[in-house]
Amino acid sequence: MADAKIPRQAIPKQTPKDRVKNFNEVALGYTPELAQLEAQRCIQCKKPFCIEGCPVEIDIPAFIKLIKEGDFEGALAKIRETNLLPGVCGRVCPQEEQCEKVCIMARRFEPVAIGRLERFVADWEIQQNKMDLPEIAPPTGHKVAVVGSGPGGLTVAADLAKLGHKVTLFEALHKPGGVLVYGIPEFRLPKAIVARECHILEEIGVDIRTDFVVGRTASVDELFEMEYEAVYLGLGAGLPWFMNIPGENLVGVYSANEYLTRINLMKAYKFPEYDTPIRVGDRVIVVGGGNVAMDSVRSSLRLGAKEAHIIYRRSRKEMPARNEEIENAEAEGVVFNFLVNPVRYIGNEQGRVKQVELLKMELGEPDASGRRRPVPIEGSEYIMDIDTVVVAIGNGANPLVPSSTPGLDTNKWGYIVADTETGKTTKKGVWAGGDIVTGAATVILAMGAGRKAANSIHEYLTTGEW
Amino acid sequence: MFKIVERERVNPVVNKFVIEAPIIAKKREPGQFVIFRLHEKGERIPITIADADPDAGTITVYVQELGKTTFQMGTMQAGDEIADVVGPLGNPTSIEKLSGEMFVIAGGVGAAEVLPIARKHKKIGNKVVAILGFRSKDIVILEDEFRSFADEVYITTDDGSYGREGFVTTELKEHLDKGRNIAEILAVGPAIMMKVVSDLTRHYKIKTMVSLNSIMIDATGMCGVCRVEVGGETRYACVHGPEFDGHKVNFDLLLKRLASFKEEEKISLERYQAAVGGEDG
Ligand SMILES: Cc1cc2nc3c(=O)[nH]c(=O)nc-3n(C[C@H](O)[C@H](O)[C@H](O)COP(=O)(O)OP(=O)(O)OC[C@H]3O[C@@H](n4cnc5c(N)ncnc54)[C@H](O)[C@@H]3O)c2cc1C
Ligand SMILES: Cc1cc2nc3c(=O)[nH]c(=O)nc-3n(C[C@H](O)[C@H](O)[C@H](O)COP(=O)(O)OP(=O)(O)OC[C@H]3O[C@@H](n4cnc5c(N)ncnc54)[C@H](O)[C@@H]3O)c2cc1C
Ligand code: SF4
Ligand code: SF4
Ligand code: FES
Repeated sequence: MADAKIPRQAIPKQTPKDRVKNFNEVALGYTPELAQLEAQRCIQCKKPFCIEGCPVEIDIPAFIKLIKEGDFEGALAKIRETNLLPGVCGRVCPQEEQCEKVCIMARRFEPVAIGRLERFVADWEIQQNKMDLPEIAPPTGHKVAVVGSGPGGLTVAADLAKLGHKVTLFEALHKPGGVLVYGIPEFRLPKAIVARECHILEEIGVDIRTDFVVGRTASVDELFEMEYEAVYLGLGAGLPWFMNIPGENLVGVYSANEYLTRINLMKAYKFPEYDTPIRVGDRVIVVGGGNVAMDSVRSSLRLGAKEAHIIYRRSRKEMPARNEEIENAEAEGVVFNFLVNPVRYIGNEQGRVKQVELLKMELGEPDASGRRRPVPIEGSEYIMDIDTVVVAIGNGANPLVPSSTPGLDTNKWGYIVADTETGKTTKKGVWAGGDIVTGAATVILAMGAGRKAANSIHEYLTTGEW
Repeated sequence: MFKIVERERVNPVVNKFVIEAPIIAKKREPGQFVIFRLHEKGERIPITIADADPDAGTITVYVQELGKTTFQMGTMQAGDEIADVVGPLGNPTSIEKLSGEMFVIAGGVGAAEVLPIARKHKKIGNKVVAILGFRSKDIVILEDEFRSFADEVYITTDDGSYGREGFVTTELKEHLDKGRNIAEILAVGPAIMMKVVSDLTRHYKIKTMVSLNSIMIDATGMCGVCRVEVGGETRYACVHGPEFDGHKVNFDLLLKRLASFKEEEKISLERYQAAVGGEDG
């Protein structure tokens, strides 16, 4: 049945030369023929490791078999049994660390392209102009408030709506989707896909209330007064970190959150058709080595930067960004500066950043994360001329909800304390999950946490037991 | 969508809007603001809530026309709808019974921003002195409102066309030098005006709060564009403020950051004016 002679099918992409001139998606997706060819590579393991590698345990061999047989609709239904957002996960999951890492084919050949197949069926449905709505249980009369519309909140809302509960999804921004709309760029995750998923939620009866900041517009306790019986907090990570070095508040120094929000949510790349501006200049440096840094640096090229640099204090091996995105960035002409760290920024009379002073590093002993720790090389400072800096070194926890919610405990980093199995917080009737609990993680982990919390909330609503 | 129920031009550069926003109207407290996004392609701009009617479910704001978004808002009429109104945002002003007088100092449209704060001070029994500064007579706003409750009201104009000639600090200095029992000063207006007030009162060692008008996007603490330096530390005006101790604020930095997008703002405004025929609306 499976054919080891078939190589892993590459995904057609826009050429680097073309794609740096636009914000359209880089990967074009499999054709049905390519998908069916790739599906043939799966040997339908009796004990499929791939399922264990997927945080939401999609029945991977089953959906791949259906693709092979040409039943794309059936394949999608199979995935939807456990994953609400196949079009998103197929694109942005770190598959090489999850399902594909443990695929048996990876031992002798290359892993089956599970993620690409997953996105293929999701895209196929859109092309067919189909929208299969899940079955909804009869109304239970219970009301649930979900705060934050990132992948975690979307999952909780969908799961509970399907069970017949009345769900309101509160979102601070003017569009639902969380990081999927304001963080991850169009060229990696088209916003139409996210909008479609949110639309499905509305179709199954979820009330999406944008422009509603919990902790300001209403507190968690006030949500209970509004007769919500359970509250899920999927707030995501918040306050961006800076390095606290001189010059970081100069004009032209952005947090990655600001930079990407201007571009993605506010569409600054279409300024002045859209009102929100962004200024990029000729030379951009992005400080950091994760997905956020890759998204920022690749956006810079698309906004017309002549040079876009990654400044990372460790070596390429330690970079947390997905390999595929690092390769895309390299192909697009991003310059990688490894083993360097900024020590200060220098501005002109208008307070605009002009230069950065960088310090070279070498790798020392491994640290707590197991990665070798960067150690400064004394006297190795040098200056580089720049127009723009994007600081992409992570986010802390946003204090708005914790500080306005008595009884809700946070840990020493400000993240909300929640049970890993149920998502229950220290406050009765309140659950939490995703980045606000774990710190910055992944889309699929936020969805996994949401699924567990939804089960726990359902139990609470039906039994009344906390 | 949020409906405008009333719109009035109160002077050549400022419009008053009464907007339906029932939840915000109930919840807001003096010192808080909202974010507006006028339409699908619009930017997000912060505007202080000047007044609210919880029963009618409306909030009142005063918006000065400065650039594209505020000019465009100036063309909107009663019955028109604003795509997004978010709030109330920022921390409410802390208003307590004072052992001395409360001085509120406003520059231009800042008069609308201090109005609810001054009212509440009066309501809890503080003596309220208001100094309102404007460029010239034709743009004086809210004088009658202040006179209706404040203990003393002083108007200054830069050109002397009304009230006292000079800046708010000319008036304020006189009161400071008289040795009045001033417990606290709140200054709201253009950054440069808050800076000169803070510089002046520093020598008199009188507590001076300012409401910082940095550039904002989300106003929920997520993006960091609103960051200001206070006492050498970086603070986010939207979640930690907007009010800070004026004696500790790095105004020079604020002024530079406010000018971050000067060229783009100009492009945006010129393009808009060309499209609407160059006229105001
Ligand atoms: C640029 C970037 C690239 C990334 N790339 C990847 C990738 O390739 N693969 C991957 O798996 N992960 C990636 N991630 C990480 C991933 O996006 C997050 O782990 C995931 O989105 C977390 O989901 P969440 O549900 O916890 O919250 P979020 O997606 O962060 O959403 C939280 C939502 O809650 C809202 N909110 C916050 N506070 C309030 C409040 N008080 N009231 C109302 N609403 C509120 C916010 O506005 C936001 O919309 C990336 C992240 C970024 C920033
Ligand atoms: C917390 C807060 C409360 C505010 N309350 C009010 C209010 O009640 N009434 C009111 O009229 N305005 C208020 N502002 C200022 C208002 O947000 C800006 O005037 C508005 O964003 C300008 O948008 P624009 O597109 O029309 O002009 P832009 O094109 O953005 O700017 C035009 C000119 O205004 C300057 N400018 C830009 N942003 C600001 C800013 N945030 N503050 C001051 N000047 C700025 C620019 O340097 C430029 O010269 C407040 C600002 C903050 C942060
Ligand atoms: S959801 Fe993510 S981990 Fe699971 S199968 Fe899909 S791509 Fe793999
Ligand atoms: S481990 Fe790989 S080959 Fe085996 S079932 Fe999963 S995808 Fe197919
Ligand atoms: S406006 Fe974005 S953090 Fe304050």
